[in-house]
Amino acid sequence: MTEPLIFEIGGPGRCAASLPDPDVPLAELPRDYLRDGLPLPEVGELDLVRHYVRLSQLNHAVDTGFYPLGSCTMKYNPKMNEAAARLPGFAHTHPYQDACTVQGNLRLIYELQEFLKDITGFAAVSLQPAAGAHGEFAGVLMIRAYHQARGDNKRTVMLIPDSAHGTNPASTAMCGYTVTEIRSDSRGNVDLEDLKAHCNDDVAGIMLTNPNTLGLFDEHVLEVCEAVHGCGGLVYGDGANLNAIIGIVKPLELGFDVMHFNLHKTFSTPHGGGGPGSGPVGASAALADFLPGPIAGMSEDSDCESGACCDDEGPCYSLHLPPKSVGRLKAFYGNFGVLVRAYAYIRNLGSKGLRKAAEHAVLNANYLRVKLQDVYPLPYRRVCMHEFVLSGKLPDAPAVHTLDIAKRLMDFGYHPPTIYFPLIVPEALMIEPTETESKETLDAFAQAMIQIAEEARANPDLLHSAPHITPLRRLDDVKAAREPRLRWRP
Amino acid sequence: MPYVPHSDADRAAMMKAVGIQKMDDLFQDVPAHLRYPKMDLPEPLSEMELMAELTAMSERNADLKHFMCFLGAGAYCHYIPSVVDQIVSRSEFYTAYTPYQAEISQGTLQGIFEYQSMICALTGMDVANASHYDGATAVAEAVVMAHNVSRKKRRKVVVSPFLHPEYRATTRTYTQGLELTIVGDESVRNDLPALLSMVDEDTMCLIVQTPNFLGELEDLRGVADRVHSKGALLVVVADPISLGLFQPPGEHGADIVVGEGQPLGNAINFGGPSLGFFATRENLVHKMAGRLVGQTVDAEGRRGFVLTLSAREQHIRREKATSNICSNEALNALTAAVYMAALGKCGLRRVAELCYHKSHYAAHRIGRIPGFQVMTQKSFFKEFVVKCPVPVSDLNDGLLEWGIIGGYDLGRDYPEFTNHMLVCATETCTREEIEYFAEALQEVAG
Repeated sequence: MTEPLIFEIGGPGRCAASLPDPDVPLAELPRDYLRDGLPLPEVGELDLVRHYVRLSQLNHAVDTGFYPLGSCTMKYNPKMNEAAARLPGFAHTHPYQDACTVQGNLRLIYELQEFLKDITGFAAVSLQPAAGAHGEFAGVLMIRAYHQARGDNKRTVMLIPDSAHGTNPASTAMCGYTVTEIRSDSRGNVDLEDLKAHCNDDVAGIMLTNPNTLGLFDEHVLEVCEAVHGCGGLVYGDGANLNAIIGIVKPLELGFDVMHFNLHKTFSTPHGGGGPGSGPVGASAALADFLPGPIAGMSEDSDCESGACCDDEGPCYSLHLPPKSVGRLKAFYGNFGVLVRAYAYIRNLGSKGLRKAAEHAVLNANYLRVKLQDVYPLPYRRVCMHEFVLSGKLPDAPAVHTLDIAKRLMDFGYHPPTIYFPLIVPEALMIEPTETESKETLDAFAQAMIQIAEEARANPDLLHSAPHITPLRRLDDVKAAREPRLRWRP
Repeated sequence: MPYVPHSDADRAAMMKAVGIQKMDDLFQDVPAHLRYPKMDLPEPLSEMELMAELTAMSERNADLKHFMCFLGAGAYCHYIPSVVDQIVSRSEFYTAYTPYQAEISQGTLQGIFEYQSMICALTGMDVANASHYDGATAVAEAVVMAHNVSRKKRRKVVVSPFLHPEYRATTRTYTQGLELTIVGDESVRNDLPALLSMVDEDTMCLIVQTPNFLGELEDLRGVADRVHSKGALLVVVADPISLGLFQPPGEHGADIVVGEGQPLGNAINFGGPSLGFFATRENLVHKMAGRLVGQTVDAEGRRGFVLTLSAREQHIRREKATSNICSNEALNALTAAVYMAALGKCGLRRVAELCYHKSHYAAHRIGRIPGFQVMTQKSFFKEFVVKCPVPVSDLNDGLLEWGIIGGYDLGRDYPEFTNHMLVCATETCTREEIEYFAEALQEVAG
């Protein structure tokens, strides 16, 4: 099933929007600047709607089926949050309005900062970064600024475990630092000996994902933080996997100095087909002044700087840049529409509800793990957190690869897990069910995985030729890269 | 509790299967003395209670559905046809993630491919990526790319003082670890000829915004040749609506064209989420950051789309990647695509023409108010500069009582422009509103 390109439908002169005639005298257009032709589509409204509705039907999404994409926390996106973000008072406010005219927005930003502080123990939070990697980049810049403010310019090495997301080394490089990779031990923890061997006065810090990308809580996390702090480095927490530990432990108390959140994972905001996300950063007291900004503050003072119209009762909210800020990371204040959704989620669940979500995320992952650990190799056989990593290398089906298993899962109506990551597990299948899935869904998924393992032995070609019932069959990635066609041309 | 569907019986069966007695048994790797900390979040609210509270909070704002808006400066009120939000509200789009598995993600992939194609059409460039976080980060990434194109040998960036102040700030944040020198924006006297004279053999790129932050069109004729003669790249930052009417930067030899995509059908949302568009020349595609969708075929020879050229990206190249970007602003890019497709060839030009005529009428009308002077001399698009007889913040306080959000106070960023207001009028302003605004300005200033 394929859908024509939008450029291939419609016809000259068609338009799906009605516009008013000018009600002012026409000004003379500057002839030297005018363009000839604008090769955009020309479609009527019904054709436009059908085109996009058909396209939408070619997608697998959380709302159409199970989506156990490891490390991405594809939990249900509550509809109430969509309604909240579309309230006109939120959606139609301009970032440069005077603070006194956007007190509702500033209160929401301030309170969300406070919630995230409470959840993690950090002294301060900035909501500015637009995505996890953006928050990571901010965190590494903060570590760099902290060392430089102390005149400690020698530290240019970031320690990164071999299980880390690719964004960690990429963010590090963007800050002008170099990367030293640290091995994992046989239980999937950071290898303490390897770590200690690399701790010296060149080390700016470590970027630690905990629970890590194997879905395991590092059994030596306190020693890891202590070793890095001992050599004068700082601990950056990659909060990608925070969903497992909300209400279970506060990252600051483990020894993290700075950490990003992924509101689009942990706090249920939709992933949008690849974004928008939101990647706030939290910091310990020692690093709070370096946060990117602006961030929101609250004053009980009635004649606060926000101006005359804040004179009704209640506190007054305003924005400011932290004193030693690394600067602004984008225009304006962060992905506000995403913040509204995360705020609504937290207010809807409260402390107990968030903890319960974490517990059930971990319960669901372990339930699937025990159902599958004797069917597929499980390289690190421990209680997991919110996700676990199997290997698709079945001992008695050598011709079958993880990619084949992933593609076959589509025939059962599932989105495959994250595959070939983390890099330290050969043929990795990283499975994260999230807390919003029911036992029946997990049982059915496990059954499909078991059947696929049997098929891999009995009829491997069935997997090699999968998927069979999707809108398109397997796509040629090599052709796409060798003969790049990156746009439609007339 | 909402969103966790487990019954007591489910939970008991699952715990038994896992081999645990109580939930705490799952967390034995967490140091015992730190486990189950106290949290003091507000008590949970039901949907009904929460929506009432959020509605009340949102109504503490002066929103642009209830106030007239003459404020732009990087975030713009444009009319969004109903069809746009209806389409992007389909949860098959918004509850999917990055289309790693192409066979079940053709909706997102084809949507992005069409978006890339439309951005190329608009900018006159060869290739466009699947989006950046916003206009500011797209500019910053353009600088990082120009640095890489020069094999990290060139150290200097020349930037117009009339590039959006927050884009300049963001670029400085992004490049603080790279030891670059950013010049050009130290004086408002640095016009395009002056900036061109700063471009030398150590310059990686020149960055020009058009219409610039003051709303004026920059004359790009001959600029690219001068920049290329020094081996540098020309980066043009453009308003996407203006490109419905004016020559695309690609025709003037730009190497990278970026900008804020919010005006293309995205609500202002207090500044985010929006999107940054990013387009370049074919020969530079391997240096570009961000995701890219390409056309290919499936096993039966049918046309399909996949993420491609990912050897540039962090999940493959790690510290050698062109950028750390992972999540982008895909849904906002889809929104922009639906908007461009809905308006199409004729509609986008008409929106641009309406912006042009309304803003020129507003300038004409405000120029007749005693004490106010329109300072913009060159051609402008939807914004212009007005010198006011009293401080802009005082005017804006007064305008609020008239139900008007006034223009941007240029004195915030440019000391030379104290008492100068940047006024924006788009297709959404009626003649009546412009008259009312002029009347209000006169009264408030008087």
